[in-house]
Amino acid sequence: MIVVVDYGVGNLSSVGNMLRKAGADVCISNDPGEISRADKLLLPGVGHFDYGMKMLNSSGLRDAIEEFALHMSRPVLGICLGAQMLGKGSEEGDTPGLGWIDMECRKLSAHPRIRVPHMGWAQIDKSQSSPLFDGVSEDARFYFVHSYFMSCENQKNVIATAKHGVEFACAVQQGQIFGTQFHPEKSLRHGLALMSAYVRIVSK
Amino acid sequence: MNKTRVIPVLLLRGRGLVKTIKFKKSTYIGDPINSVRIFNEKEVDELVFLDIDASREKRGPDFDLLEDIASEAFMPMAYGGGITSVDQIRRVFALGFEKVIINSAAYGGEALIRQASVTFGAQSIVGCVDVKRTLLGRYELFSHSGQTRQPVTLMEHVRSLEQQGVGEIIVNAVDRDGTQAGYDLKLIREVACAVHLPVVACGGAGGIDDLVAAVNVGGAAAVAAGSLFVFVGPHRAVLMNYPPRAELARLLP
Repeated sequence: MIVVVDYGVGNLSSVGNMLRKAGADVCISNDPGEISRADKLLLPGVGHFDYGMKMLNSSGLRDAIEEFALHMSRPVLGICLGAQMLGKGSEEGDTPGLGWIDMECRKLSAHPRIRVPHMGWAQIDKSQSSPLFDGVSEDARFYFVHSYFMSCENQKNVIATAKHGVEFACAVQQGQIFGTQFHPEKSLRHGLALMSAYVRIVSK
Repeated sequence: MNKTRVIPVLLLRGRGLVKTIKFKKSTYIGDPINSVRIFNEKEVDELVFLDIDASREKRGPDFDLLEDIASEAFMPMAYGGGITSVDQIRRVFALGFEKVIINSAAYGGEALIRQASVTFGAQSIVGCVDVKRTLLGRYELFSHSGQTRQPVTLMEHVRSLEQQGVGEIIVNAVDRDGTQAGYDLKLIREVACAVHLPVVACGGAGGIDDLVAAVNVGGAAAVAAGSLFVFVGPHRAVLMNYPPRAELARLLP
């Protein structure tokens, strides 16, 4: 069972639909008990960093997901804001992130030819092999909507990059904790391939 | 990688899909859910759904239908038709759409777009203008499915949409709709020169050459079409189709 963590932020139904399409048993839940019984978690999120963290902190679910990820070492996939929140913080606000991955989020800078927010399709460059990319083709392109990007302290956490003015980490990993800046649930067959790979990752 | 988005536009009438010619003569072309499943298999950049009766019938979106559509759609999607409040926009987004399109309501005051843009971000609010060309070559704006002429000029209106905070503007040439006679390139260029926003060309695409011209001649940032992606052949047989990605990548910037 994959639990999509419902802390009141993000596009839960799209994520749930894509996971189901990828063959997963899915439950959208805000119940700490259900979260601790899950095989894997999916942490969605769209919007402002501080708002996302405040919603997560006040949801009563933070202890349950930290226990799940850090002590039980079970897989978690964060998407978009959900991925950014895995880091220590963001220029977008002053609320600390979960701090599970050594990274900060920085603002994309706009130029005449570089629009912010970055909204659209982009090809990704895999910088390391990861079980998250098992079955994802070399020319895969994904759909992005974001104004801030993940900047990792340690390059070993960067499993793929993309370019929008700057080159940035678009997928990160630390053990069984994964994050994608892009939206696999909106990325057609490439997104389905990545979600299927996540579904196949074995949980302890 | 090419940046030009190529967007099928699907028209909702009741729970079915139709295609119109010059906003009239609507032909039933199939079921929206099934069509979404077909477009999932193609490499579409985005999908636009327009409920062409909602504003004219003074009603809001059919949320049940939009939910059914969204549950089968694994690509970015925009919805337009009958949107008059921020609350409706919030509901459309919660169902899994990325953008809403505002046309008729934009003539009723600036509050809706301003508030929506601040609340959800400009990138998720799309303005749309339906434009007819007079015999003298002047452009006139129409709302409510092409039925109500609006007194404001095209230039004033698109600049106002930009200022209110839309993230892009769909320019739809009513006289070209369904004709596949090519985009109104002069119209596209005029709007593209008047605003700093991405302009989406719509109305008249008959082939890939038209898509290329809309970008290279018209200055469009994205190209949208109905007939081109739902009909094939001289007899306009209904068949959802989309150019291969490699071909688009070769021809479009």
